[in-house]
Amino acid sequence: MSGRDLLGLVVAGAAGLAVLILTPIYFELDTVLNLTVYMIMAVLALSLALVWGFGGILCFGQSAFFGLGAYTYAIAIINMGESTAPLLLSILVPALFAAALGYFIFYGRISDVYLGVITLTVTLILFNSINSTAGPEFHIGAARLGGFNGIPGIPPLNWPLQKDKPVDLQGMFYLSTASLIVVYFGLRALLASRFGHIIVGIRENERRAELLGYDPRAYKLATFVIGAALAGYAGCLFANWGAFVSPTIFGLAQSAQIIIWVIVGGRGALIGPILGCIGIQWLTAALGANAPTGAGGFAAVLGNAPLVLGAILIAFVLLVPKGLAPTLADLTGQRMRAR
Amino acid sequence: MTALLLETRGLGMRFGGVQAVRDVDFRLAERELRCLIGPNGAGKSTFFKLLTGQLQPTSGEVLLRGENISRQPPHQIARRGIGIKTQAPTVFEGLSVRENLWLSAARVARGRQAGAIVEDMLERVGVGEVAGRIVGELAHGQRQWVELGVVLATDPDLVLLDEPAAGMTDKEVLRTADLVREINKTKALIVVEHDMQFIRMIAGKVTVFNQGAVLVEDNVEAILNNPTVRDVYLGKQAAA
Repeated sequence: MSGRDLLGLVVAGAAGLAVLILTPIYFELDTVLNLTVYMIMAVLALSLALVWGFGGILCFGQSAFFGLGAYTYAIAIINMGESTAPLLLSILVPALFAAALGYFIFYGRISDVYLGVITLTVTLILFNSINSTAGPEFHIGAARLGGFNGIPGIPPLNWPLQKDKPVDLQGMFYLSTASLIVVYFGLRALLASRFGHIIVGIRENERRAELLGYDPRAYKLATFVIGAALAGYAGCLFANWGAFVSPTIFGLAQSAQIIIWVIVGGRGALIGPILGCIGIQWLTAALGANAPTGAGGFAAVLGNAPLVLGAILIAFVLLVPKGLAPTLADLTGQRMRAR
Repeated sequence: MTALLLETRGLGMRFGGVQAVRDVDFRLAERELRCLIGPNGAGKSTFFKLLTGQLQPTSGEVLLRGENISRQPPHQIARRGIGIKTQAPTVFEGLSVRENLWLSAARVARGRQAGAIVEDMLERVGVGEVAGRIVGELAHGQRQWVELGVVLATDPDLVLLDEPAAGMTDKEVLRTADLVREINKTKALIVVEHDMQFIRMIAGKVTVFNQGAVLVEDNVEAILNNPTVRDVYLGKQAAA
């Protein structure tokens, strides 16, 4: 590891810890709540950063695993009442689902384009299926699926195996932030390992990796499953955060958002997608809140969050195609060399 | 007599109406060096793809040390000891030279041992000076050597080289010929090449392909003087 990498790690760790410790002390509860969801979504962004940015697998349906995790947690906790097993299930179910789906995709040698189409279709099928479960006959145990109304009043996580010690709102902030930090460093370690180098090699040239004796199908499947497990875990946290989950979690908008976070933050980076995710969510919230009703002209344009986000996305694709983090790294690298 | 390493029996490959490889019976001994020549479209590259599992034959079989490998996926064939340098360099374009070699070495060794293979290979194929550079940014000749290093780092028993000297300067061709002879001290090789000068430098037995089938098999000088070969292949080269 080079000195620059080490410095980056220390900075990232210190910044993470600072946010973790200082935020609840200095900010109001509603800010803490907003930050909590940013952290959760950043975990989701990291899951796609791994699968797409490093594994080279453009999954348009990362929200399928996110939604499955959220729904699994909701259904399991309503039935079980204690959150340890539901939490684990919210990771396990999406992972198994991804293993089955990925097996057919990768071992069937389906091309990259169709992989995008299939994953997108799967998440839309889930959206439509769950969306049409409004009647009382659709229930799993005690949990009614609720169709487009979703499942409200999801019981919160509790301390492991201690049903009477629920995690409060501030606790959720700590848990989400700590999860983000752990996932970030966990992925750094994974990518520094033999496995990590091999998946990057496969992304660079699948044929060459195969001719050297690596089975790309197995490595891609493993990457896909790890990504799904992380997305599922983020989904569990999300269901906790709002105590609510609805089918829009599987929708096209949600799927597209995750991809935008990674494009803006940069493929082939981990810190980039975190910043891209938090930055864009903050911007969306700010734009939405600052648009006065009935405003015309410039204010109306600025208040139109999808329009501004679309412009940002186009600007990034055209002007900063590598994304935020790799471009900044290139610039600082050049400056250091110029000295 | 040395032991048989590779054998094909009645090997054939048909793409729709085109018979790219037809009924090829080919035998290669352990540590033998064989050159494969023939006009464009003679089926040489398809033959290589059949040997490495990138294509599955429509008829016949490939035997490696007596074991039928013709239905095995490419990664398993690679693990059995066949390495290939393709015509257009197949390398990890976005990674550095060192990372390219490490990915190859890591398949057969761990930790420090893999690192030692990388250092050894950097020196052997002569790309030590550009070890930290991204392979996609290197000159064509250097990328050819990087790929050769990548192939050799897994220590295969049989090395397939598809036009290793293509697009190289005269000096680079000489070095590549030296390298091929050095590799041949421990490994068997099959070299596809159009450059007859290069084939003379590395010597060895020559198999001539024409229209997907083996036309003739002999040593270099006999091939050069063979009227049929001159007619289908060398004559065209001389006229060009």
